[in-house]
Amino acid sequence: MRHILVPLYAIIIFLVLWELLVWVNEWPNYKMASPSDIWPAFWKFKVLFFQYGWDTLWRTVVGLFIAVLCGVFLGMIMGFSKVLREAIYPLLVGFNAIPKATVVPIIALMFVGQHDLNTVLIAFMISFFPIAVSVSIGLSTLEPEYRDILRSLGASKSLIFWKIALPKTLPEFFGALKVAVTLAFIGTNLMEIVSPHGRGLGALFDSGKTNSDYPLMFAVLIALALLGIGLYYVVVVLEKIFAGWAERSTD
Amino acid sequence: MSSYKKIDTIIIKDVTHTYKTETGLLPVIKNLNMSVPENGFTAVVGPSGCGKSTLTKLISGLLQPDAGEVYLNGEKITTPRPTVGMAFQNPVLLEWRSIIKNVMLPLEIVPNKLNSLEKEQRAKQLLSLVGLEGFEEKKPSELSGGMRQRASLCRALVHKPEVLILDEPFGALDAFTREDLWQVMHNLRKEEPFTGILITHDLREAIFLADEVIVLSGRPASKQFFIKVPKFKTPKLESLYTSKSIDMLKNLRKQIEIAQNQQEQNK
Repeated sequence: MRHILVPLYAIIIFLVLWELLVWVNEWPNYKMASPSDIWPAFWKFKVLFFQYGWDTLWRTVVGLFIAVLCGVFLGMIMGFSKVLREAIYPLLVGFNAIPKATVVPIIALMFVGQHDLNTVLIAFMISFFPIAVSVSIGLSTLEPEYRDILRSLGASKSLIFWKIALPKTLPEFFGALKVAVTLAFIGTNLMEIVSPHGRGLGALFDSGKTNSDYPLMFAVLIALALLGIGLYYVVVVLEKIFAGWAERSTD
Repeated sequence: MSSYKKIDTIIIKDVTHTYKTETGLLPVIKNLNMSVPENGFTAVVGPSGCGKSTLTKLISGLLQPDAGEVYLNGEKITTPRPTVGMAFQNPVLLEWRSIIKNVMLPLEIVPNKLNSLEKEQRAKQLLSLVGLEGFEEKKPSELSGGMRQRASLCRALVHKPEVLILDEPFGALDAFTREDLWQVMHNLRKEEPFTGILITHDLREAIFLADEVIVLSGRPASKQFFIKVPKFKTPKLESLYTSKSIDMLKNLRKQIEIAQNQQEQNK
């Protein structure tokens, strides 16, 4: 019960302080909207919130899914072959160093009008790197004794991968996935905000800006935060199921 | 080999092995000859870095010698084979599996006719033999270092290997835990006879556990000296403090020094 109540109280205290801050300073809502402005703004556009929220959600998840496939594949290549690791790693680092905000207009021009594809692409590009790196490190740091135990019994390479290398890498993989899920979410919104006539919460935020509807902008921020929390905890639950053994009890 | 004598389980014949490093060739084993009879247990001691671990890899088939042959039960070893059991200083248990599932791992790889119930019974039987009854469902992280090493020994023996290779299995344990595990080893040998090689740095451990102790020379290693250890009927730690044991230990220590000096000179 405590682990539900404590965060709940924290959220309530946060909202009250926010409301007070706006009220004490007598800020108009174009400077900063207060929590009490947000609910009406949400209610006014509730249909759009759910429609666009769904767009943002599925684009993020599809982008992340592709990132997982590509990231695990790249990670496996780099984890198993030293030569390929030396070849690919600098390229990956360079690619990752490019701020994705600069890639957004390029992609938008490359596939003009294809909002779904563009958004998924950016979500993917921004989030596959930590997955690839963590999988490759997990595989390449496997202690040789683990392999020797199975190899001395005559196990094949693929059997060693399934029985030992894969499960042993799972904690690192989920650690990276927690970072990746947030990044993918950022990627989705970047594209939605920039891409004209698009859909998704990012587009709703942008229309709030063009129409000077400030409470709407803040309502979108809150909706994004809620979606982000939801996605993050889905990963946490998956981690508990598949890599719960790596958790050390703290008591 | 004379025809009337039963063939030794492990035979290492004129084995030479050299590693290729960036600075050139590094010979680690040179013209090594040794053998272990069926149900015999031989300890191999020698200076650090003299090639003892390479020897375990050659016997298990993980490495091929540059020259010479390794035979297990008369068969020449060219690839890893499921008739070998190994345990290292690091118990390398799989953290995501329970203890019993860890012990059963070799049975998932080595071809056998046991059904899942029989596999479980086999693992349970070994676990109770090493004093881990009741810990079957625990995760390795819940066990102490000594207990993990006991489980690792069970895993090495579960598929009834022809040969057990122990590479400093007790090296990372504190002195008292180590002595407990020596007793466990004697129990195991009585109930589950095996042919084995023990790599160790601990001379007391060598004479307490093995029938024969071989001292390897400094790198490149060959057989420098060996000593037969008379079998204690009931192995007790006190037997290590008899004058006979102390003489053996002194003798072995001297041989190790010779090997260490030789390795220094060869550098």
